[in-house]
Amino acid sequence: MSTSTQAIKHERIYEISPTRKLVMGIIEIIIGAFIFFVFVQTVSGAAKTTFVMTPGGIDIGKVGNWVLPTRITLILLAVLALIIGAYQLIKGFGRSTNALVGLCGLFLVFSFLTWQTADQSLNLAGMLTSAVLLAVPITLGAFSGLLSERAGVINIAIEGLMLMASMVGALIGSITQNAWIGLLGGILASVLLAGIHAVLSIKYRINQVISGTVINIFAAGMTAFLSQKFLQTNQALNSPPLFPRIPIPGLAHIPVIGPIFFNTNIFVYIMFILLIIIQVALFSTRWGLRLRSVGEHPKAADTLGIKVKPTRYMAVLLSGVVAGIGGTFFTLGSVGRFEEGISAGKGFIGLAAMIFGNWTPIGSLGAGLLFGFADAIGSKLSLLGSNIPAQFMGMTPYLITMIVLAGFIGKGHAPAADGEPYEKE
Amino acid sequence: MTPILQLKGITKRFPGVLANDHIDLDLRKGEILALLGENGAGKTTLMNILYGLYQPDEGEILIEGEKVTIDSPTDAIKTGIGMVHQHFMLIPVFTVTENVMLGEETIKYGDFLDRKKAAKRIMDISEKYNLQVAPNDYIRDLPVGVQQRVEIIKLLYRDAEILIFDEPTAVLTPQEADELFSIMRSLSDQGNSIIFITHKLREVLDISDRIMVIRRGAVVGETTPDQADKNSLAAMMVGRDVNLEVEKTDKEPGDLVFSVKNLIVADKFQNIVVDNASLDVHAGEIVGIAGVQGNGQTELVEAITGLRKSAEGKITLLSQDITKASPRQITELGSAHVPEDRQADGLVLPFPVAENLVLCTYYKEPFSKGVILQYKTILDHAEKLIEDFDIRTPSAMTPVSSLSGGNQQKVIIARELSRPIDFLVASQPTRGLDVGSIEYIHKRIVQKRDEGCAVLLVSPELDEIMELSDRIVVMYRGQIIADLPNKEITKEQVGLMMAGVLPEEALAEGDQHAVEPAL
Repeated sequence: MSTSTQAIKHERIYEISPTRKLVMGIIEIIIGAFIFFVFVQTVSGAAKTTFVMTPGGIDIGKVGNWVLPTRITLILLAVLALIIGAYQLIKGFGRSTNALVGLCGLFLVFSFLTWQTADQSLNLAGMLTSAVLLAVPITLGAFSGLLSERAGVINIAIEGLMLMASMVGALIGSITQNAWIGLLGGILASVLLAGIHAVLSIKYRINQVISGTVINIFAAGMTAFLSQKFLQTNQALNSPPLFPRIPIPGLAHIPVIGPIFFNTNIFVYIMFILLIIIQVALFSTRWGLRLRSVGEHPKAADTLGIKVKPTRYMAVLLSGVVAGIGGTFFTLGSVGRFEEGISAGKGFIGLAAMIFGNWTPIGSLGAGLLFGFADAIGSKLSLLGSNIPAQFMGMTPYLITMIVLAGFIGKGHAPAADGEPYEKE
Repeated sequence: MTPILQLKGITKRFPGVLANDHIDLDLRKGEILALLGENGAGKTTLMNILYGLYQPDEGEILIEGEKVTIDSPTDAIKTGIGMVHQHFMLIPVFTVTENVMLGEETIKYGDFLDRKKAAKRIMDISEKYNLQVAPNDYIRDLPVGVQQRVEIIKLLYRDAEILIFDEPTAVLTPQEADELFSIMRSLSDQGNSIIFITHKLREVLDISDRIMVIRRGAVVGETTPDQADKNSLAAMMVGRDVNLEVEKTDKEPGDLVFSVKNLIVADKFQNIVVDNASLDVHAGEIVGIAGVQGNGQTELVEAITGLRKSAEGKITLLSQDITKASPRQITELGSAHVPEDRQADGLVLPFPVAENLVLCTYYKEPFSKGVILQYKTILDHAEKLIEDFDIRTPSAMTPVSSLSGGNQQKVIIARELSRPIDFLVASQPTRGLDVGSIEYIHKRIVQKRDEGCAVLLVSPELDEIMELSDRIVVMYRGQIIADLPNKEITKEQVGLMMAGVLPEEALAEGDQHAVEPAL
């Protein structure tokens, strides 16, 4: 009987629900209208926008500045957004709907920068460089969460792990005056805390969110105490050496891209190397297959002889390693000293990036870069003397996230057994 | 010849229960042994011992005459024992290859998966036993019958020679079940030995070489399909004579009570799951909806009972339009609903029996006065229903979660049928119940129909549909493809239609079969 072996497939009423088609079209129209009525109307026809395309302090891979006629650029962007919106409302883009909403979002951001920089100059390349750097802790946080959650353990302790790692990294780096040993120390501290989370949530099957929260609170309190008691009173304990900028021969000379990606901090390279390693390890090796099976259906894995608990322990500890690298970035890769609450919620944002990135390494990186970019805009704006509060700009990526996540409902695929403790019958 | 597998005096105790009581079992090479027993008789416990999930308190396991200890499923696989679980142990987001090789991966360059080589081996096995499985399909895209064949491949991939099938037909269409039986036969022909756990009598008689019956943890008899029939097996299983035939007299249907016109229902992804369905139910009539699970029956019932919005169409109950009515409005009109999943939708598990018995009526007199619940009345009401419906519970205040499945179902039946109702929707009312409870629930449903209630019965169990219904409706991929009186249609024909064969062809094919013996 051939009919019974065919998958039952239902026909779809609509490719994209009509409400979404409408809402996305309206959003695009609003973006276009906003650019036109707010930005275009408030800028003079003669204004010019200058974007500097070489980050400061770089002497290889230099390029000239990019000068745009402000008003014409803005009109062009507004018209494009309006056309996209109109097409979306009338015919719809089907599967490309999300991509085009994203494109319009990009138009909005770019026109905002163009408008804000009218008759001024903005170091766009510098901003992108700092965007990549700001993306490092977020992306590493996302990778950390990814490793743990793919094995079925929710790890919201990442924020705490990063905070602890950044302090210990600074402390040990200062004592030994060696950034590498500091990095190792930070990783070790983070792994230790991750180990506690693992024992609590795997062995004692405590609610994983609570276990993670406890660790976050502990890390915040502990680092604050140690910092006040020792690091702030004795600066010798809080002056670790920074990892230097390392240009990659050849690649660093590529214009624009070279200075942003190939003449930068070692943590950026680590981020990209981890992307490849995690991607390959999770999806092409026996190790990854087993790890994912434990996060999807631990009972099935168990009946096939896979040791569920050890696999989960390993995943959570590795999650600790990655969070530790992310944490030490603050003190050894960026700031050069520890301050209370230095991680500033980046671990949590990393988890948001992981969810936004649909529990995939490449998606996590993309989301991390988006969030990093938003941070970078926020800090550049204050330099330009904008009257829009930087905090407001800092909010926008999360607003975008909420809109997009709402649009993605049903599409996100968390591991099926995420957050469920496993116990043999 | 030494049996390939021997169990000697296996005993397993759980707190308060003797799950297995000195069970002896021999399995010969190449045979299909059916293990028959009601739910809770101890079949699954025994198999879990064999599969290393439990340790026996007493007794030993011998493979080809040699004593073995099985501490884990891995040990079991190593000794050549494999199990096809009732709830598949498959990962939906993995491919067939990934699922099959998990735990026994084919690798290259150290730790990298060699998917191609594994897929090749799967194809070889698939061809040898005619399993028709494509290695690169994702499990989530496969129908249940194919998923089950993937489970079988998983075992053969590990060179298992003793295969345990735990209630394998529970999720299959009759045709898929027949396919499974031919696969089981071809497995045993090629030297594999099979233990087939079930509580379905027909299947035991169809496929097995030998039958062992278990009751209350002990072996109560052994027989062969030649010597046994349905009634003798049922009696062995239950320990008393069971009336398998539902006693039902012909009855002229009365007035139209319930009707659905051109109903379209979509799921949350906007897929059409109920496609332009129309049906009528009259007073004193049981209309049975036959169909493999997942063909829209669940959504149809949810739409009818007000639990799901319908996109288009009209639903009428007692001449009132209830298309947009709330579940409570529909209930108050005189409709009762026995939901498909009794634990998730039918009961509040931590609540006591008494409270579960007033879930539809607690807000009305006499169960509450103003906002205050009248516990005295609620308890009296419960005591009465416990008596009337023979619910086995320590007390009316026992949490319903600690009752057996059969008694939980009786709580729902009692709550729904004790109210004055004109319309009953019963969705899989006997799912997972033992023969005794099934007999009881069927009797109650027929009794309601005889009192003039209109009944809509939904069940993937074809036997149940055939026995109870006055009229049979077949659903396939969301559409109602047939609507015929029970008398004018055979079980084989309904089975074919459930698999998507058009009614005209199915009726023609069925006739041929009917004629053949005469020729």
